[in-house]
Formats: sequence, C-alpha cells, structure tokens
Amino acid sequence: MRTLLFRSLLSPLATTAAPPPGDAALEELGRSLAARARRVYGRSLAIREVDAGSCNGCELEIHAINNPVYDVERFGIRFVASPRHADVLLVTGPVTRNMKVALERTYAATPDPKWVVAVGDCGCGCGVFEGSYAVIGAVDKVIPVDLHIRGCPPTPTALLEGLIALVDKASAGSRR
Amino acid sequence: MTAILSELSGRAAIAGHRPWPRHVVDAATWIAVARALGEGEADLLSLWADEDHVHLALRSAALPTPLVVSVGVKNGTYPCVGGHHPAALRLERAIRDLYGIEPAQLPDARPWLDHGAWGLRAPLGARAPSAIRDPADYAFLPVHGEGLHEIPVGPVHAGIIEPGHFRFTANGEIVVRLEERLGYVHKGVDGLLGGTDLERAGRLVARISGDSTVAYGFAFARAVEAALDIAVPPRAAVLRGVMAELERIANHLGDIGAICNDAAFALNHAHCGILRERVLAACGRAFGHRLMMDRVVPGGVAEDLTVETARAILDVLDEIMPWFADVVRVYDGTPSLQDRTCGTGILSPALAARWAAGGFVGRASGRAFDARRDLAYPPYDDAAPDVPLYRAGDVDARVWVRIREVEASAQLLRRWLKALPDGPIRVMLPAPAGAPEGIAVVEGFRGDVLVWLRLAPDGRIARCHARDPSWLHWPLLEAAIDGNIVADFPLCNKSFNCSYSGHDL
Repeated sequence: MRTLLFRSLLSPLATTAAPPPGDAALEELGRSLAARARRVYGRSLAIREVDAGSCNGCELEIHAINNPVYDVERFGIRFVASPRHADVLLVTGPVTRNMKVALERTYAATPDPKWVVAVGDCGCGCGVFEGSYAVIGAVDKVIPVDLHIRGCPPTPTALLEGLIALVDKASAGSRR
Repeated sequence: MTAILSELSGRAAIAGHRPWPRHVVDAATWIAVARALGEGEADLLSLWADEDHVHLALRSAALPTPLVVSVGVKNGTYPCVGGHHPAALRLERAIRDLYGIEPAQLPDARPWLDHGAWGLRAPLGARAPSAIRDPADYAFLPVHGEGLHEIPVGPVHAGIIEPGHFRFTANGEIVVRLEERLGYVHKGVDGLLGGTDLERAGRLVARISGDSTVAYGFAFARAVEAALDIAVPPRAAVLRGVMAELERIANHLGDIGAICNDAAFALNHAHCGILRERVLAACGRAFGHRLMMDRVVPGGVAEDLTVETARAILDVLDEIMPWFADVVRVYDGTPSLQDRTCGTGILSPALAARWAAGGFVGRASGRAFDARRDLAYPPYDDAAPDVPLYRAGDVDARVWVRIREVEASAQLLRRWLKALPDGPIRVMLPAPAGAPEGIAVVEGFRGDVLVWLRLAPDGRIARCHARDPSWLHWPLLEAAIDGNIVADFPLCNKSFNCSYSGHDL
C-alpha cells in the first residue's frame, strides 16, 4: 500500500487535458435541442448507459472515460444506476429485437426532460449487423436520439467531445 | 478410454476437413459419443448445426487430436447430447431455436435465444412466420421451500454492462438458486455469415465479442487458413501473438481492477484503469486501433509494427509491470479485500472438468488446459507460455490466475518484440478446391474460442460457427453463486466475466 501511495506522490498527473466540445456534436445538438425546454442543471448530467445489443466494444471505451486518465466526472458527468436518476440515456446498439421492449421501458422510466445519445457505428446506423432478422438497427428507430457519437468503437476522446458538447448545450439556457 | 472414441479415431475421416478429422456417424455411434462425454471420457468443445447435419467437436487426452463427429438430421430431428451431457443443453436449445432441428429427448423444452421477438420461427431453417410473444413469457424453473423469495435482475443492469436476466431465489441473504436467461443481444451472426465474402465475414466475427476481437479474428483466420491448407509467414504469426497477448493483458488489468472495485477497494481499480489505458493507447499507436479490431485477417495481419512502435510497446511494459507488481502487493496484503474474495464463489474442480471450462475459470479450479500449450498453434508452438494452475476455485483463485497470466504474457511479448522475424505479413489466399472445411481453437483472454467453417467453391462462407468460452462458463456461474450472499454476486460475476454478446451471437 505504501509503495502505491508513494508512487502516486511522485507521479505526474494521470489525467489528460480536456478535449474541446466536438464541432459536429455541437452542430447536431444546436439543431436537436433548439426547440426543447431547458432545465437548470448547473453543468451536471447523470447518465444511464444501456447496451441494447452491442458487441461490448463500445462498453469498454465507455468504461474508459470513467478511468482516472479521462475522468469524465470532472465535467459534471456521472454514470448512475437507474434510469429514474438519469438525464441522459447513452445507448449502444444495434438494437436487437430481443432488447426492444427493455429499451423502450428504460426510456419511459427516465424523467423528462431527457436526452438520448446513440453510441457507436451500430447504435448510429446498424454497423455490420445490417440485414439480420434479429436486429432492428439504429437506436433512433426505437427512441428519439439527440446526439450521435460514431466509431467502432468511438475512442474515449470522441466520447468526451460529444458529452462535453452535450453538457455545454444542456446548461446553456441556465447560464443566461 | 471407452471403446467408441478409439474406434472412431481409427476410421477414415471426411476429405477436406482440416486440421483435425471429421467423421460422419450413425445415430447409435452418436449416442455412444454423447454417453462418453457424459462419463467424462472427453471434453465437449462445441456443438452446432449445419443444414442437414449436427456436428460435435470433442477433445480427449487419449486422442492425438480433437475430433469432429457429425450425425445426419432425419425428419427434422437427431438424438440429443444434453440428456447425457448437460454441458450441451444450451447449445442444443440454441440449435432448436435457430434451425428448427429437434434434439430428440432433450430434457429442456424451453426456448433459449428465441424470445418470441423475431416474428419468425427457426430463422435459419424453415423461417416460418410467428406471432410476437411477450418477452417476459418464460418458465423459470420452480423453486419450492419455506421463506424463499425471488429477486429478478435485468436485462438492463445497474452498471455499464451487457444485458441479461438473472433470477435469484434467496433465503434471507443466501442465494439458493440462480437461473440465467440470456439471448437479449442475439444479433443473428450465424445467419449473417452464411453466403458472405471473407472480408465481411471477418469483420462480423471480429464483432462477436468486442473484448475478444483479436482472439476471434485469430480463430477465424486460422479456420480459413486450415480450410485452404495454407500457412502464414513467421512475422505475421508473431504479430498475431503480440496482439493476442496485449488483448489478454488489457482485459486482465481491467477485470482485476473491477473485481477489487466490487469488493469496495477502489484504489486498485483506479491504478488498474491507468495501466489498462497505457496498454490500449500503445495498441492504438502501434496498430491503429485501440482494441486492434480487424487487424488479424485470413492470410496474415493487416498492420505491421515498425522498430519504433515495437520499442514503444516494450517501453509501456517496462513502465506498467513494476507498477502492476505494486498493485498485486496491495491485493495480496489487504485482509479486508481478501476477506471478500477468498472462499467466495467456489467452482468445484469436478464441475469445471465436466463442463470443460476453459480460461481462468477452468485454471482456477484445477483444469490444466490452455489452447496455446495443449493445442499449440503458431506462434505458441515454439513459445508456450507458463500456464498457472490453482485449485481453490474461488474469486481469489481466478484473480491469481489472471495476475500470473499478465506476467506470463508480458514475458512472451518481451521475447517476441526484441526479435521480430523479418519478412512479409500477409499471403494471398488461393481459391478453394471444392468446399473445404476448417476448424481452429484459439486461446482468448477468457478461454478457448472455437471457429468452424465451410467455404463455398466461390470462396465465400457457406457456414461458419463460432463458440465463445462463455457458453461453458455461464452455467457454472449458476453453480458458483450457490450458497453465497446476494451481495457477493457482482464479485462472483465479475470474476467469471462471461461475454453476453459472445454467447448470444
């Protein structure tokens, strides 16, 4: 234990510099949130992650933004255990037919106002699983989506860029 | 060894199936093989359907190589294996759901992957239209007893994890039964693979379980190369090994940290998170993709290392291994942490052997099998790793297997990266002669991944089957949690870390 603590004392900061909000994400959110009621969030967003059919590659990188290197919590974003505590659903796909009902119920259980972020090439489109009897496809075929973060899987930096843009936009109304 | 296995290995095999023999047998022989499996004479590697046959891959220490046994499907049915050998049950329920082939006298009549949401019955067989069923309409096994209560969990779980349903029956805090219901992330991979070209098929197989993308790519490539009867250049083989060991280290680091976190010891989780990130960042720089997806391809690899990127991986190992040793010292020297992991979630060696559990699940319960050593393939055929073996079968033993494997993988990487063979990294694939079949088993971080395939004469995939190690681990998790407290389930679950997507396909 002492060696680890000593190591921490001598080590430089593990956390990377914050990336700026992604331009593409800002543009998409500018459109999708313009007509939406904004609530005072104080730059804080609670996220519920829903795997609606992914290969678990996206989950690995979503885990990574919670590690000390990317540390998403410094931007006021934290992951919560229940959709009832969430402002945002972060959904990976492709949405399988076997997960459709669970995704719809999770969406219904999330209080308004809420945002949905589709993550990964499968969540945003259908990825390599296009054409299967067992998948519905992109997340927006099942529930409305405000932001798409593409990639197979998206890198932690790409995830941060999108989520920082979301937290900026979501709190923009409250700062005026 | 029972007579049936030695008799089989003496028969002439089907032509064009490589590298191990395949035998087509009659129903009586098939049943005898199923009984031999049930009696522990051989390990079940996999069981899958293919048009008008059902195939079974097995391995026995008494046979020189694994075998594939095939039985014809007559009137839509074949004699079940699960009735003699329970490890086959879920594989056969999946065959029934997907192909509409009935495993005769299977002790479990319930669907498995088919939740009634496809609008189709037997999507890879008759494709009969079918009414949508309520997904909750599933008969869990009855549990009787005084003071019992049920805890349903999932499919959407509390953490950042894949979906599946766990039905706990508890007496107070003690779990008396766990029954899993899986299939939520079934994406129809078998159906998508049939008739596709090798390039697209490779991309699909690499996404069966994202955390094992290198292992899947590796197994798929080796199965294609077996069918085409070609070998890859030495440099390609070693680069595959480099990627496979980096994947193993990254996953083990992430999971060792996560297990500590589930025992409320966040310090190790934070350190392991940084260590894992160092590895993934190095993979991203060296291979152009943090998880190294689509980098192992039939014929070789798609990305070469330079002197600089090879050096950079070695530098990362030099940085993380002493650091990891500190983390291990903390794990070993913190009684409050060991109090949670020691004696928790015990999987008995007898069950691990019966189910032929691979990976750290098997090796923590006394099953000394590692495909890199026991079914050696390049580049491991002249660089077999040390295979750690523990017998306690608890969460702690599974953690220790993984700690030792990180160390062994780092050793392999150092050896390879300091002396990479020169030469090409990829060979052209020849056109197939006829409709050849190939099978390969590759040791992923979780255990042995099996891929079997048959090529069509035009070079496309005719049928491809991939079996994740989780098929054999999931039922064992049900046994390991028995008698533990509900609050220790996350710990047990994480120590198995079964793939949902790899299982659901």
